[in-house]
Amino acid sequence: MAGFDKVVNSYEQALDGLEDGMTVLAGGFGLCGIPENLINEIKRKGCRDLTVVSNNCGVDGFGLGILLEDRQIKKMVSSYVGENALFEKQLLAGELEVELTPQGNLAEKMRAGGAGIPAFYTATGFGTPVGDGKEIREFNGRQYILEESITGDFAIVKAWKADRFGNLVFRHTAQNFNPLAATAGKITVVEVEEIVEPGELDPAHVHTPGIYVNRLIQGNFEKRIEQRTVRSA
Amino acid sequence: MALTREQLAQRVARELQDGYYVNLGIGIPTLVANYVPDGIEVMLQSENGLLGMGPFPTEEEIDADLINAGKQTVTTIKGSSIFDSAESFAMIRGGHVDLTVLGAFEVDVSGNIASWMIPGKLIKGMGGAMDLVAGADNIIVTMTHASKHGESKLLPQCTLPLTGAACIKKVVTDLAYIEIADNKFWLKERAPGVSVDDIIKLTAGELVVPEVVPEMTF
Repeated sequence: MAGFDKVVNSYEQALDGLEDGMTVLAGGFGLCGIPENLINEIKRKGCRDLTVVSNNCGVDGFGLGILLEDRQIKKMVSSYVGENALFEKQLLAGELEVELTPQGNLAEKMRAGGAGIPAFYTATGFGTPVGDGKEIREFNGRQYILEESITGDFAIVKAWKADRFGNLVFRHTAQNFNPLAATAGKITVVEVEEIVEPGELDPAHVHTPGIYVNRLIQGNFEKRIEQRTVRSA
Repeated sequence: MALTREQLAQRVARELQDGYYVNLGIGIPTLVANYVPDGIEVMLQSENGLLGMGPFPTEEEIDADLINAGKQTVTTIKGSSIFDSAESFAMIRGGHVDLTVLGAFEVDVSGNIASWMIPGKLIKGMGGAMDLVAGADNIIVTMTHASKHGESKLLPQCTLPLTGAACIKKVVTDLAYIEIADNKFWLKERAPGVSVDDIIKLTAGELVVPEVVPEMTF
């Protein structure tokens, strides 16, 4: 690595330093835009007692779901976890902790975390179990709860293209939580489909500037589809 | 006769106005997209980061990188935009979405809604529902009027953990269109062939019934 070149040559290097008990933020919505090879590497590495912050927990046998197989996840922070039988089993057995977080709060917690904002007030969840025990304050006659932001030891991110400096472009709705996770990791690791030379991306079309990115690797992706729905031509 | 799922969606679709940005929840709300009245344009927001959602793709068009909030493959319409999840919820939480349609387990006379959690059963999560009900001013709840066992879902007070407090003003059920104001349900329309008495019987919360209750037509 030299200067701003963020490219690493192996997945092992990409996740070097990830240890038991750390917090990992993962981009993706369902199976769309998930850093599938980085997840595979966490499984291979065998880190345990992880806290994973991600909108969902993959499915049985794919995505974050594979980290449940060897009980590598201690706690999941998610908005929806209904797609995964193993998750359900471990949750009911008390082997897994889950903090259900409204999707907008989850996104804003990462955005704020990455922007150096420790907490924010939101109307979301007021008067519901999500607001229990949290500070409440009134602004302009409406009640808001104080939500704390989230940062991680590592963020794992999937983008479409990057230049070697880590400037990222996402493709379609595979963007989702990825740019937010990218800002909120102490070490942000990004896997992409294509790496180009600096100058090849239009600076105005960069979604995530390279300043947020520490390590970059090119991978091959299965891109499994969760709900294949079609209309007749 | 109680409304079918399609008729329910059709009734909700009459609330659409030209130029509306609309978020449709999973289930019956999704069907509303099939009944956009002629001559008006709406743009569908999908909270995973898409404004201007199109129909399902053909086999040739399928793209794993383009899905909706139900994780189904979709397409985009001309003039659509794609953004990250924080931007998506800024639209929702900032009150920029004109109409939100979502399902529920229960609503009550105070406008509370319960839609995400049944204690003792597996809890799957609230997804974006809490943000949607807290952020939107114009929300329509679609649900059956009563459970399969004949228990009313329109209550004096919700019994299940809430999704949002004092945020619901309009409910379209399979039996009636009802508005919520002043801690009461107000009966506005009834499904074809459904009597006012039937609706009264299946509404546990206080219901105000006008002298004439128009029948929906399809």
